[in-house]
Amino acid sequence: MNDVTGMPQTVVVLGGGSDLSRAILRDLAGRRLSSVLLTGRSSARLESAADELRGLAVAKVETEELDVTEIQALENFADSAARRLGDIDMVLIAAGELGTAELTELDATTVASLATTNFTGPSAAMTAFARVLCAQGHGRIVVLSSVAGYRVRAANFVYGAAKAGLDGFALGLGDALAGSGVSVVVVRPGFVRTKMTEGRKPAPLAVDAPEVADAVVRGLETGAEVIWVPSVLRYLFGILRLVPRSIWRRMPG
Amino acid sequence: MTAIGSGELLTGWGRACPSAAWVVRPESAQDLEAFLREPGPHLPRGLGRSYGDAAQCAGGTVIDCTALDRVGELDRSGRIHVEAGCSLDALMRAIVPRGFFVPVTPGTRYVTMGGAIASDVHGKNHHRDGTISARVERLSLVTPTAQHECGPDREAELFWATAGGMGLTGVITDATLRLVPIETSRMLVDTERTEDLDTCMARMTEIDAEHRYSVAWVDSLASGRRLGRSVITVGDHAKISDLPDKMRDDPLGFNPRQLANVPFTPPVSLLNPLTVAAFNEAWYRRAPRRRTGELQAISTFFHPLDGVGSWNLLYGPRGFTQYQFVVPFGAEEVVRRVLERLSSARIASFLAVLKRFGEAGNGHLSFPTVGWTLALDLPLGEAGLGRILDELDELVAEAGGRVYLSKDGRVKPEILRSMYPRMDEWNGVRLAVDPRGVLVSDLSRRLGFAGPRCPRMARAVGGIHK
Repeated sequence: MNDVTGMPQTVVVLGGGSDLSRAILRDLAGRRLSSVLLTGRSSARLESAADELRGLAVAKVETEELDVTEIQALENFADSAARRLGDIDMVLIAAGELGTAELTELDATTVASLATTNFTGPSAAMTAFARVLCAQGHGRIVVLSSVAGYRVRAANFVYGAAKAGLDGFALGLGDALAGSGVSVVVVRPGFVRTKMTEGRKPAPLAVDAPEVADAVVRGLETGAEVIWVPSVLRYLFGILRLVPRSIWRRMPG
Repeated sequence: MTAIGSGELLTGWGRACPSAAWVVRPESAQDLEAFLREPGPHLPRGLGRSYGDAAQCAGGTVIDCTALDRVGELDRSGRIHVEAGCSLDALMRAIVPRGFFVPVTPGTRYVTMGGAIASDVHGKNHHRDGTISARVERLSLVTPTAQHECGPDREAELFWATAGGMGLTGVITDATLRLVPIETSRMLVDTERTEDLDTCMARMTEIDAEHRYSVAWVDSLASGRRLGRSVITVGDHAKISDLPDKMRDDPLGFNPRQLANVPFTPPVSLLNPLTVAAFNEAWYRRAPRRRTGELQAISTFFHPLDGVGSWNLLYGPRGFTQYQFVVPFGAEEVVRRVLERLSSARIASFLAVLKRFGEAGNGHLSFPTVGWTLALDLPLGEAGLGRILDELDELVAEAGGRVYLSKDGRVKPEILRSMYPRMDEWNGVRLAVDPRGVLVSDLSRRLGFAGPRCPRMARAVGGIHK
């Protein structure tokens, strides 16, 4: 169960090999975390994440290969996760892929695939878990969105557009679930130095994964519904949203 | 019986972690037995005044007991039979005019008899009279497997597992209580102000034994030299001879009223360090250095917060928790360190209450043990409180103390086990009457009483059903 300070005991992760989800789980392990199911595409990365959590005295850590783009599998997976874990206090949706926005590299298949990885799959997974959490009468879905979706820019517009969709879906789902005991938390990090962004030039106000984790855990405790990392981005993007498009399109990559 | 809706969001008094359950409201013990025969999880609930998650059962059925509220005959010796859903408010309205008082009352009248026993509540007279279970002669308990009549002299194991058992051993349907005779509905109260914690504790130790009721309000934000500055109040039931002539016409009048009501939840907590510091300063200054023999109404002395309806909304949407612990005499340092830690973190407790407990009762999970107890209401909106309370738990557990389950919403399961050494014994009694684990609360799930998995009703089939 989530305690009154917002700390979960049982967590299911989609995208469990990612740097961000690993950092978040490390922090939760120091609080109340006792049971985790890590899922993702690369079993090697999942195992490494699982070993780390076992080392942090998390009593029960399981892994399962799951590709969030295999939509048909998601409903069954949510049911089986509930059977295996009992109460699911938190579902962390951290699956995603930056991909490309170079016009020379883009084709219909690439765009569809990125949209599935970043929007369709995660949204479908949230839906499947929302059903399970509603039946148990409590629980929280934490979804990693991005400032890239708050105002989409040319440098990463495919990823950004998919995140914009995911962000809107998560906010809407959260509102639709009001009164059910289930809540949705949207996390909007700026540039995070992780494997996913390796080789790219960090944007101003770039952060590392532990800072995102710290902000997420603080947000769980204070009951935040939208978490910006760093928090100043909330105000910065409030302004950037109003920048005229003629200037916005010239924003550097 | 009436089924209310099909899934309702329930919280404790602290409003911090809501969960949805199906609520049923049986109107007879027979209805209730029928419910308990169905597969769980189930949980009885009274007026929802436990602070954390003790009266919630996410995804299960919560049995609202408040329709079982009859007050039975009062015999001449002061013995009364009441149904479990009867509130102490209703009970007092029935008995005070007839010259009796409840043997123990917590800080609010809005708890049910069943809830009071399941929490084994204490009051300002614990140092003298113990908890409520010490005055319960008999109770009827419906378990998932049978019906029991138990008391300290009959099925005593089950009785003591139920007193303080958080509703997890069965549903209490009625109880026989030994009341206290009173001559008037007034309290004779002495008040004194103390400048720091040491003085407060020393004075309480001196004067406790002379009075039936005693408690200290502590300024949780005072620090340094003034850490723990307090207002001590002690009291006894006034005799007719204590009343001025004009009150003697109706010495047992009792009709407490609500003075105000909080109409909605403000967007942020109104009880922040600034407002609480201002209130505390005023409250401390307002109190006389020493005043004796003041006459107060029962509600003023015991239940001042009942005068403001829904005061828990003042903490805003994130809600609050109460941290209440007890440490043995000799561990006064722990009380000091808790106050220091919160004061230095500028975590303002609007309500901080210090009291000396007497001897422990027999309930396996009953909270009070001999020593100092401190209760602090704490807002949940700021990050960092969780870790601080974890630190405080360590201090309390090391000193041989414990936290109160009816207030808790966050203690670590393994720490709790070290605080309650009779936990396994209690669990044995519980499993004997509920072998399939039908009775489950969010609290019992969080603390692992129910095992890693809990039974769940499969209600949602396709689509999202709220």
